[in-house]
Amino acid sequence: MSHITAPQSVALTAKLRQTLGQIRPAHVVVTLVLFIGAWLMIFPYIWMVSSSLKPAAEVYDADFSIIPKTFAGVKNYSDVLFGQPYPRFMLNSLIVCVGILAVQLLTAVPAAYALAKFRFRGSAILLGTVIACLTIPINVTSIPIYLGLVKVGLLDTYMSMMFPFFVSVFAIFLFRQFFRGFPDSIIDAARVDGMTEIEIVLRLILPAALPAIAAFSVFSFVSHWNDLYWPLIVVQSQDKMTATLSMMQYQSEFDTNYGRSFAAATVVTIPMLLVFLFARRAFIRGITMSGVKG
Amino acid sequence: MSVRTTFERRQNRIAYAFVAPATLLIVLIYLAPMAMVALTSFTDYTLVSDYWEWVGFDNYRQMLADPAVSNAVRNTFVYAALFLPGAFIIPLLLAIAIQERKQFRSILELVYFLPVTSTLAAMALVWAGLMDSRQGVINAALGWFGLGPLNFLGDPGTVLFALAGISLWSVIGFNMVLFLAGLTAIPRSLYEAAAIDGADHPVDQFFRVTWPMLAPTSVFVAVTSSITAFKLFDTVAILTKGKPDHASEVFLYLTFLEGFEYFNMGYASALSVVFLGVIFIFAAVQTFWADRQTHS
Amino acid sequence: MARLTLSDIHKSFGSTEVLKGISLDVANGEFLSLVGSSGCGKSTLLRIISGLETPDRGTIEIDGKAMTALAPKARGVAMVFQDYALYPHMTVAQNMAMPLIMARLPFHARLPGMKWLTPHLAPLRAEMAGQVEQVAQQLHIDHLLERRPAQLSGGQRQRVALGRALVRNPTLFLMDEPLSNLDAKLRVKVRTEIVDLHRASGLTFVYVTHDQVEAMTMSDRVALLQAGTLLQVAPPATLYAEPQSIDVAKFIGSPEINLLPVCAEPEGLRLGATLLPLSHGFKPGTDLIVGLRPEALRLSAPGLAQLRPAEGPELQLDMVQASIEDLGSEIVVHGAVAALPDIALRIRAQKSLQSGVHKIALPERLSLHAPMATAVIFDINGKRLDPQSVARRQEALA
Repeated sequence: MSHITAPQSVALTAKLRQTLGQIRPAHVVVTLVLFIGAWLMIFPYIWMVSSSLKPAAEVYDADFSIIPKTFAGVKNYSDVLFGQPYPRFMLNSLIVCVGILAVQLLTAVPAAYALAKFRFRGSAILLGTVIACLTIPINVTSIPIYLGLVKVGLLDTYMSMMFPFFVSVFAIFLFRQFFRGFPDSIIDAARVDGMTEIEIVLRLILPAALPAIAAFSVFSFVSHWNDLYWPLIVVQSQDKMTATLSMMQYQSEFDTNYGRSFAAATVVTIPMLLVFLFARRAFIRGITMSGVKG
Repeated sequence: MSVRTTFERRQNRIAYAFVAPATLLIVLIYLAPMAMVALTSFTDYTLVSDYWEWVGFDNYRQMLADPAVSNAVRNTFVYAALFLPGAFIIPLLLAIAIQERKQFRSILELVYFLPVTSTLAAMALVWAGLMDSRQGVINAALGWFGLGPLNFLGDPGTVLFALAGISLWSVIGFNMVLFLAGLTAIPRSLYEAAAIDGADHPVDQFFRVTWPMLAPTSVFVAVTSSITAFKLFDTVAILTKGKPDHASEVFLYLTFLEGFEYFNMGYASALSVVFLGVIFIFAAVQTFWADRQTHS
Repeated sequence: MARLTLSDIHKSFGSTEVLKGISLDVANGEFLSLVGSSGCGKSTLLRIISGLETPDRGTIEIDGKAMTALAPKARGVAMVFQDYALYPHMTVAQNMAMPLIMARLPFHARLPGMKWLTPHLAPLRAEMAGQVEQVAQQLHIDHLLERRPAQLSGGQRQRVALGRALVRNPTLFLMDEPLSNLDAKLRVKVRTEIVDLHRASGLTFVYVTHDQVEAMTMSDRVALLQAGTLLQVAPPATLYAEPQSIDVAKFIGSPEINLLPVCAEPEGLRLGATLLPLSHGFKPGTDLIVGLRPEALRLSAPGLAQLRPAEGPELQLDMVQASIEDLGSEIVVHGAVAALPDIALRIRAQKSLQSGVHKIALPERLSLHAPMATAVIFDINGKRLDPQSVARRQEALA
């Protein structure tokens, strides 16, 4: 019995020594620094939610506490959701983001497929144009597009809010890279089986490209929800105001209505936190895929 | 032969049908506006009056003499100088530290990435609250060390620091994810070969394997971060509007003011052309570098 | 110059035990192959020898010095990786110089940019460059020194990897499936080059492969590993002719050895209706397995040349032919024992040049002959029955 347990206990102490040996002081310090940094990263959210639950007078109380002394959450949030047109703002944002995404996918998927799998006159020029346009931000083209929208009298409409984003050269480029990896032999086999090109796109290419499409969709949704620049230019009425743009009006009210301001900020950020929680992987895939283009 | 050509012609027709909508929109959204912005930059067009005329390079000449422009350029450079080193080094160190960790890796990744998807316009308000000159939490913390209080967003000397800090907070997770992807792509066998060759000290590992293998990612991060720095807009529009005393008036915000507040479309177009020129330089750096990599 | 001694090496990953007590001695200057199917633990064993993994239990000694706790660089081993693991950002010369730089330059001189700040080390750097040059010449890659790995062919990369390993003057040379990324023709060429390298350098080589042909053709001894245990360590010829177990017999040799389940009877070994004239020494009723190499079997059929009668007892079997593979120099006949269709048979025969270009035709029913001396006998658990004891028992009964 004793000579059975002896090696076991040796192995056990060895294992224990190994585990203890892995705890190096430098490692502990780095871990500590990482967690302090992490606290700094999330503290603004904690402060925001905490402040959104406080009455105005308590937000800047000299002795700050995370738990509100007087709970004003119900009042603040009902002010935001019922006293102000926040449901409207959120709906506007949603309409704009979904509209943009739908048209982006409708235009980018077939174009990317043609660029990836067809050789036609002008395909090289088109691809070159797409790649060149990757670098051009909306800030450069905003003036002519704005003037054009003024000319046709579309300012302050959903159309004007969505139009500059109807084609995403990023999506075309990303999907083309993805489609190129799709085996030609399968497409040829489908043609032999009598599928039309549209059927090939819908039944073969799209299902295979779902990860890329999901990644791009999350990416597109997040960037247009968070966009401040373009709505600031084309939106004029409360009626079309987006959730993000509504943050502008708190600058003027900021001094008086702290609790409510931060309740509004929380409401605006919540959809993005949901995206973060449920679609973070897809979003990160979108980022890293964009990094690949190099 | 003829069967083949009809098939090809049919394929061609389909291809054109597939690219037609996207091509039309690219012309409307990118090409035509680009041409228009270049043309408008040679006019004195303002939205206020219908009368305009060609002024040649006057707008560009005016730009060189305009103190507002030189102020905006200086502010942008100062901001970039404050923002870029942190936006590069902090995520790189974070990625390396987090990559090595078995425990806590996913929770740390999660937390550092959180600000990336958040609405910066909303979080900017929160930062303004944290940075409040009298009762803000940050000044309270500084008070603990016997410092401050600082009027972060209201003092011309600190406002660019404050804006750079907020931008850093929002971009660290983004760059960290890029670096993490770059690190994961380095084959493990290279580190093993290095260990056999004698390079098992972390410093040797970093300079012999990690850093050179990370080069493409580093260039990408540096270029995208530079463009991000140059495009600073949201926090300025929400928090400072270029104040105090134009100390936070950066290039893109000035362009926005000229175009959409003062409606000097000709002048704003000229500023946009310059803006695009700078972005193209960054893109050229990246392309040149990528080319050099593939050809060597 | 190194003798490698492994004693009782154990290694587990999580709950899977990859190595279950490996003890092995590799003599100075020996070429030993670790062979086995994928997942048998051979690569893990190699990585434990190199120091990239630490064993859970057991010791590694090189020339009697304990190595178990030492870092890879302190063991004096060189390793060639399956994917070569060349540094893609370095030139061939820089790749090959890496082990020298790490061993000879002080830490501060290895930091980036220090080349210009440490001019007093220039002679040392030049000396290292000279060494790299010399090894490169030896491997005929001196014209490639300024290229990067991406600009090299597979064979050239392989040579650079060998060079990087050689340049550090190792005592022990480890190779992890170094030929698996080369095409078939090149593989044969590099195979002989590695053997030449071994002969010329006189170093101890430990070579991991899943390819029995590599193991058989290159090594002094082969260690066959299966599921974390060593089945047999022996020179290639011994491994082929005297396998200690059915697993060894099945792994080595292509086409695979024929295995016939038999039952011992007083008069011989019964295979279905046939009685094999062998070994009256086994206890009647014992189930045994007879192994016969495909080339030990000879065919006879009406129309074929008469076989010369063999010496000693001969086995005769009727066979139903299923297919013929004509490999040019030889044919492989697949079929089944006539009486027991479940028992597959493989026969390998030399083809005479007279058979010419005609498609080989054989009747469906064939008769097989094999001298019983070539048979290996296993017990029902697959363990080889000692040939001497079999012979002794036969003598005793005769």
